Amino acid sequence: MASVEIRDVRKAFGATQVIHGVSIDIVDGEFVILVGPSGCGKSTLLRMVAGLENVTGGEIRIGERVVNDVPPKERDIAMVFQNYALYPHMTVADNMAFSLKLRNAPKSEIEARVKKAADILGLGHLLDRYPRQLSGGQRQRVAMGRAIVRDPQVFLFDEPLSNLDAKLRVQMRTEIKELHQRLKTTTVYVTHDQIEAMTMADKIVVMHDGIVEQMGAPLELYDRPANMFVAGFIGSPAMNFIKGSITANGKAVFRTEGGLELPLATAPAGADGRPAVYGIRPEHFVIDEANGIPAEVVVVEPTGSETQVFAKLGGQDIVGVFRERVTVGPGDTIPLTPNPALVHLFDAQTGQRL
Amino acid sequence: MSVSADSIPAAPSSRWSLSRLAHDHNVLGVLFLLPAAAFLLVFLTYPLGLGVWLGFTDTRIGRSGIFVGLENYQLLWEDHIFWLSVFNTILYTTVASVLKFGLGLWLALLLNERLPFKAFFRAIVLLPWVVPTVLSAIAFWWIYDAQFSIISWALIKIGLIDSNINFLGDATNARASVIAANVWRGIPFVAISLLAGLQTIPPSLHEAATLDGATSWQRFRHITLPMLTPIIAVVMTFSVLFTFTDFQLIYVLTRGGPLNATHLMATLSFQRAIPGGQLGEGAAIAVAMIPFLLAAILFSYFGLQRRRWQQGGAD
Ligand SMILES: Nc1ncnc2c1ncn2[C@@H]1O[C@H](COP(=O)(O)OP(=O)(O)OP(=O)(O)O)[C@@H](O)[C@H]1O
Ligand SMILES: [Mg+2]
Repeated sequence: MASVEIRDVRKAFGATQVIHGVSIDIVDGEFVILVGPSGCGKSTLLRMVAGLENVTGGEIRIGERVVNDVPPKERDIAMVFQNYALYPHMTVADNMAFSLKLRNAPKSEIEARVKKAADILGLGHLLDRYPRQLSGGQRQRVAMGRAIVRDPQVFLFDEPLSNLDAKLRVQMRTEIKELHQRLKTTTVYVTHDQIEAMTMADKIVVMHDGIVEQMGAPLELYDRPANMFVAGFIGSPAMNFIKGSITANGKAVFRTEGGLELPLATAPAGADGRPAVYGIRPEHFVIDEANGIPAEVVVVEPTGSETQVFAKLGGQDIVGVFRERVTVGPGDTIPLTPNPALVHLFDAQTGQRL
Repeated sequence: MSVSADSIPAAPSSRWSLSRLAHDHNVLGVLFLLPAAAFLLVFLTYPLGLGVWLGFTDTRIGRSGIFVGLENYQLLWEDHIFWLSVFNTILYTTVASVLKFGLGLWLALLLNERLPFKAFFRAIVLLPWVVPTVLSAIAFWWIYDAQFSIISWALIKIGLIDSNINFLGDATNARASVIAANVWRGIPFVAISLLAGLQTIPPSLHEAATLDGATSWQRFRHITLPMLTPIIAVVMTFSVLFTFTDFQLIYVLTRGGPLNATHLMATLSFQRAIPGGQLGEGAAIAVAMIPFLLAAILFSYFGLQRRRWQQGGAD
């Protein structure tokens, strides 16, 4: 196992620069998730760590070694591809044994390692099948098995769960996490699903257009998003953003463009009259018959465990999520109060946290 | 009221009505099949059948023959020129096919790499195939000319040899020359087909193998080659069939000479049947090719059977 250091790494395809100087420190044994919208450069970064793409600028270290010019096969990393990339003409056992055979490992060792990996992943009864004869989830597991038998320094995963159905995805999520707790191999995992990121990661790296927007523990990102991009990306449903300005004279309040007053716990220093964006997560609204601000309900979506209410608050669309049963229908008004302690304020221009 | 149409006892008149016939799948199927079947019968089976029949007669040009049983075949059995042509055909097919496969695969692998002017090279590779065979055969005839051969000329200029090479006049040289011409002509088909096959192999398989520690030779050996075998089987079957039945190149270049050293079964059959006038004997030689061709087809049929790893759902 090893640490991975990404130092000011840049990548250009011809004239188009797609990664603009990314630095990430991954300590030994850490589970790091790169998350971001489609096209932000997650796969490209991962492939540079793997050695499948050249690094245009900067430095990548695995362990203590700079690997910029080290060929992939000497980096001692294993990668799980989005489409699994199983060898179609090899059985499950041969797929897993392939790297060991290339290394001329003794037969007994190959068998032992394949058996161990198959046991961990519950693949024992499938060893003689070909990839085509497996379900999506089973193929996914074989792809992981192929990585595990290598016992590499680093695991790289590129959206390994995106081809699975919702239920299987949740199950595999837990399995991968358990696997990591068991093997403790340094892992870099790419996804665009923020729930996957929140549930599995030791550390999340939020990327956007080839830069890192924020890096930190999942709850850190949830509790203190550095900017509107991260705030909107982490959490589901996404955070509500309401435009307006801060009033700090006397009691701090936020005045929306529609003239409503929203509560603030404190106002940032010298922020009086400053245009800003008021960020409140859907789950941080409470229904408050006495002091709530009336909002007009547009759509109600009960999921069973919670109810999502889409409403208009002072002319702006917002979403609220409530654990308790809410008995309102479209056209009703619902009295809502944001929890002032959990409000995020962002600069209206830069989107940075105030 | 919800009885299905089939179980209604129909009145005899309506049972055989035209509209009912038109709705019967079997009748319709046969009707639709008829044109294709007739076409096959007239244009494929009839000439083949006629050829086989002629092989059992002593027909000559201008004189219809009578049934002579296996007489033609008995004659051929003792005819050393026929056996020489069988040997030539097998030699020609084997050497040319092996060379076409090796060089074609090599070219396909090259063209599959990232190289500049890729589209241009791919177009160039197709050229030998696009040119009409007779035309390229004539070009080769000139290249192999005993006096004006450009190869001899170039080699003499370089100083490697000091007299013209007798390309088509010497048995061994002639065989090598016609094989070279056939290989030149056949490579594009093999190369372009295999290139198409190479492009169906997902790049991520190569990436996965690279990360698994495979060298480029190991990737070729363990990924490319096994995944290409189904296409290799098809391409090489066709290539063998084309080569085995080759006629034009030989007929233009050597007419089977010198001393029948390059006579193939196809050229010998033509020679005996048309210029020689012995239609029956020519047909018998042609019929003698059938077992070889069937063997090639059977070989590919078994080679082409879906391997176990190809069965099942999509990837
Ligand atoms: N080989 C290439 N040549 C040119 N541009 C490329 C190449 N590969 C990727 N790109 C560009 O680089 C950018 C980042 O691509 P990348 O595949 O890393 O995105 P991603 O974050 O993995 O997205 P997704 O979530 O959709 O997989 C994209 O704008 C893409 O168009
Ligand atoms: Mg990607």
